[in-house]
Amino acid sequence: MSTATEANGIEIRREREATEKTVFGFWVYLMTDCVLFASLFAVYAVIHGNTFGGPSGKDIFKLPYVLMETFALLTSSFTCGLAMLAAQRKAKRQVLFWLGVTFSLGLTFLCLELNEFHHLTSEGNSWRRSGFLSSYFTLVGTHGLHITFGLLWMAIMMIYIWKRGLTDTVRKRLTLLSLFWHFLDVIWIFIFTIVYLYGSIGL
Amino acid sequence: MSSKPLVSDHDEQQLSYGRYTAGFLVSIGLTFCAYWIATHVNADRNLLAIILALLAITQFAVQMILFLHISEERGPRWRLAAACFMLCVVLILVGGSIWIMNNLNYRMSPQQVLQYMQSQDNL
Repeated sequence: MSTATEANGIEIRREREATEKTVFGFWVYLMTDCVLFASLFAVYAVIHGNTFGGPSGKDIFKLPYVLMETFALLTSSFTCGLAMLAAQRKAKRQVLFWLGVTFSLGLTFLCLELNEFHHLTSEGNSWRRSGFLSSYFTLVGTHGLHITFGLLWMAIMMIYIWKRGLTDTVRKRLTLLSLFWHFLDVIWIFIFTIVYLYGSIGL
Repeated sequence: MSSKPLVSDHDEQQLSYGRYTAGFLVSIGLTFCAYWIATHVNADRNLLAIILALLAITQFAVQMILFLHISEERGPRWRLAAACFMLCVVLILVGGSIWIMNNLNYRMSPQQVLQYMQSQDNL
């Protein structure tokens, strides 16, 4: 009896260690992704003044619109946390509900961003206009691409949870997804500050 | 670990819920502050830039702690170590690029080039 519980305990601990390793591996990926964003930020910081006679950030950024985008993403980061808490309680319906809310907010963010890009390109301010716009589209577009993949991942996870329930594997993957999603929100803080706010004060 | 009295699941849930809510509210507050300062405050640009950077860094710290739970790691804190290493690389990469390119710009400014050419002629 006691050896059985002991064996069970060892099994649980081994599983927890395996999960921690997976989470750490994913964390290392996120940190390298940060370095990717850092190089794009560096490019933006260096060439954002090169407008080639075209508009600068002050002329084309609409701050209230960007603030709305920011709040959509920030709220989705929060609801993603709520989904994780529901997953710890193993409350399947709540997980699906909060993931659904997160997905809709993320999709809202993406649509707002694509609409902004559409406006810019239709006014002739596409990435081909100047060095500033090239670096702007690369930086913000890379973030948007990450969001797109995050949404895809989230949709797949929702189908998975709906079909198979909250197994241990699913909860491990949810942990990784929530790390990814919070991380994207952290990157957005810096895009919002360095690209949009600095742009609007004319730096 | 097993000798410690375990916190009940319910308490832990309440605690995490509080953390997420606090992180969310503080982030909203900081974002609004930054937005308001950028749109309404008329001051020296560099001063504004420093204030906005500080607000962004505060929000970064808040989200790292309350959303990404970097302070709740058990045992050796590898995640924190990786994050610190990342910050070093980012600072060198971004800071170094700005420094070098500004320096190059400064050295290649038209007046500088003109002065250099004139000094060569005098020789």
